[in-house]
Amino acid sequence: MHELSIAMSIVSAAEAGAKANNAVRIKKIYLQIGALSGIELDALDFAWPLATKNTMLETAEKFIEVIPAKAECLECKKEFDIQNPFDPCPHCGSYFKQYIRGKELKIKYIEIE
Amino acid sequence: MCSTCGCSQTDQITYSKPGEKIEVVHLHHDHDHHHHGSGHHHHDHDHGNRTILELEQDILMQNNMIAERVRGFLMAKNIFALNLVSSPGSGKTSLLERTLKDLKNELKFYVIEGDQQTMQDADRIDAIGIPVVQINTGKACHLDSQMVFNALEKLNPDENSVLMIENVGNLVCPAGFYLGENKRVVIISTTEGDDKPIKYPDMFESSDVCVINKIDLLPYVPFDVNKVKDYASRINPNMAFFELSALTGEGMDAWYIWLKNQLKK
Repeated sequence: MHELSIAMSIVSAAEAGAKANNAVRIKKIYLQIGALSGIELDALDFAWPLATKNTMLETAEKFIEVIPAKAECLECKKEFDIQNPFDPCPHCGSYFKQYIRGKELKIKYIEIE
Repeated sequence: MCSTCGCSQTDQITYSKPGEKIEVVHLHHDHDHHHHGSGHHHHDHDHGNRTILELEQDILMQNNMIAERVRGFLMAKNIFALNLVSSPGSGKTSLLERTLKDLKNELKFYVIEGDQQTMQDADRIDAIGIPVVQINTGKACHLDSQMVFNALEKLNPDENSVLMIENVGNLVCPAGFYLGENKRVVIISTTEGDDKPIKYPDMFESSDVCVINKIDLLPYVPFDVNKVKDYASRINPNMAFFELSALTGEGMDAWYIWLKNQLKK
């Protein structure tokens, strides 16, 4: 359940940003999480109340944008949508690839007051 | 309650050397020490009395920054570091013990052991005469770079040496946490399912080397070595493989040659 430490990292980073801007609380937080980032969204939801208790995020609304994964084949250079890390390039069958997106673990923005 | 360990105040991360009183260090409750790590500039937009703060911040940035400090420390001292990851019971500690015993006259080793509880593993390493620090993570399912940083301060390794970091036995959670290692080694044993690479792809994707342990048991178990290699190579075509038995010593030579070649680079 590394989602708990991910949730706590989110709290640390968001609170740091909010405090630096003299906020009293965080109303919303908008996250971008890649489909192949290794994060289980159910586990993150489970950890969220524990991680945010007695923090500026305790009552914040959480929005998660899941970023679908896309890779570039390192052999034929074509881009393709990828669902699993073990999927081959649909154009040439190669497993050599580079992710373009889908690995994100990011706080996009917070709304503070 | 604590972030990394999900623990209550009473359950703490400890760093100990064998035969020593347990030292309690717990940095994870302190949220304020992260302030300096925020290197972004923020764009504010006012919407009434609410403000949108575009952080655009990588959630793992703090871990990655501390890992880079670890990396810099290791580079400066010419220390080659391996991060050993696997499920519980694959033989990480046995592989480590055998390697240390066989090579301790040629190479200088240091070990960081990660487990939720007990000094069992550190005691095994200590018995071989290798300096070791045990991290007990409490409830946490993986090591993070801050834990390794703290353990390194205690270990105080010499230059021109090899650091072995044995992660908590877990094929999922340690994958996302870079510790500053040179190479990540995933260990799978023949008593496990040979479809593990595609069931736990993140760990195989993030590793450089795959050690297939307990090959002495191959006549007795339905484990297809080629299938494991095929699956792991689909996820990570650059993976290097070693098939060995840490118990009998079969196949260890190729692993040792690889390790020594890494130090020459």
